[in-house]
Amino acid sequence: MSAWTDQRMERIIGRLLQTGVLLSTVLVLAGAVVELSGHASQVPDYRVFRGEPPALRGFAGIARQALALHGRGLIQFGLLVLIATPVARVAFSVFAFLAEHDLTYVVVTLVVLAVLAFSLFGAHP
Amino acid sequence: MTLAAMFLLVWLGSLLAGFLGALTGLGGGVVVVPLLALLLRVDLRYAIGASLLSVIATSSGAAAAYVRDGMSNVRVGMFLEIATTLGALGGAAIAAHVATGAVAVIFGLVLLGAATLSVRRTAGPPGTDGPADPISRALRLDGSYPGSRGPVHYRVRHVPAGFGLMAVAGGLSGLLGIGSGALKVIAMDDVMRLPFKASSTTSNFMIGVTAAASAGVYLARGYLDPLIAAPVVLGALPGALLGARVLPRLRSRVLRLVFAAVIVTLALEMIYQGATGRL
Repeated sequence: MSAWTDQRMERIIGRLLQTGVLLSTVLVLAGAVVELSGHASQVPDYRVFRGEPPALRGFAGIARQALALHGRGLIQFGLLVLIATPVARVAFSVFAFLAEHDLTYVVVTLVVLAVLAFSLFGAHP
Repeated sequence: MTLAAMFLLVWLGSLLAGFLGALTGLGGGVVVVPLLALLLRVDLRYAIGASLLSVIATSSGAAAAYVRDGMSNVRVGMFLEIATTLGALGGAAIAAHVATGAVAVIFGLVLLGAATLSVRRTAGPPGTDGPADPISRALRLDGSYPGSRGPVHYRVRHVPAGFGLMAVAGGLSGLLGIGSGALKVIAMDDVMRLPFKASSTTSNFMIGVTAAASAGVYLARGYLDPLIAAPVVLGALPGALLGARVLPRLRSRVLRLVFAAVIVTLALEMIYQGATGRL
């Protein structure tokens, strides 16, 4: 298990972050292209706060809109991937510290993961 | 203004915001929010939601480069993330009950604080000698980063005080949609005595996790608008990657002064417009 050094862990974390960010960018870009090709000359008004419709607030609704290839749905799905990227990093770190037999940091990382899970799923009943 | 024109303007502004954010470790949010709210008159709640996402993007994008360079301290980052994520949850909860004008004033005051703190020189050089801090030893926080003449080793001190400051930084991040990079850097730089290169990159590393903790709450509340967030994220990303490339070649003192001047201007405008009910 000596292969599990901090350096190797850092390299994998770097690649993980890169992949998540890239995937999210592709999704957001695709959504933006769909949206702009249809409504580029529309005049939006963001001075007044209305809040997003329920379909773009929850995981299931966003996934449905994205699968239907709606521009806003695709963007929102890409934003979800973006939010999930640092969460995935923390989740990976749990296993990496486990492989390093560093139990202190397994616990530390699990606590961070629990707070993130509460934020993401606690607010989405 | 048409959607296409708005998209282009927001994209260009976010490109610059991401660049400056990555260079300083402050995060792009401190520029994105005033840009959207003051210049493009976007409602502050949408601006904060989009900014929060740009903060995740810039942090993750630049951190990908930093971690491979071996400059950030993964253990310090991971341990302090307990404080920042808990703080972020609290901040996001408070944000729902505060008027946007008040949020704008708080935003401006925090920016002024960040500018002041980032200009002030640190009390002394980071310690490489002396006995190890007992908490720091137990948590194996001491680290090193690659310097021009081999690895530079350093000791980490005053862990409880740094932890407390991090909780405050997380709270401000959740309330204002910023990375709170300045406060994170101060906590690690001045209090815990990490060298600036290590503290700014570790701060950047933590910012994404902190922002993700409040992003879930913002999504559920409907503060994340796809058409505002898209150009912000798409602009902040390449800007941040560019900033991460330039960082090792820049002198940190000059960096802090230039960015501080921009921040003070934005901060005063946020306070004025927030206090007079224009935001």
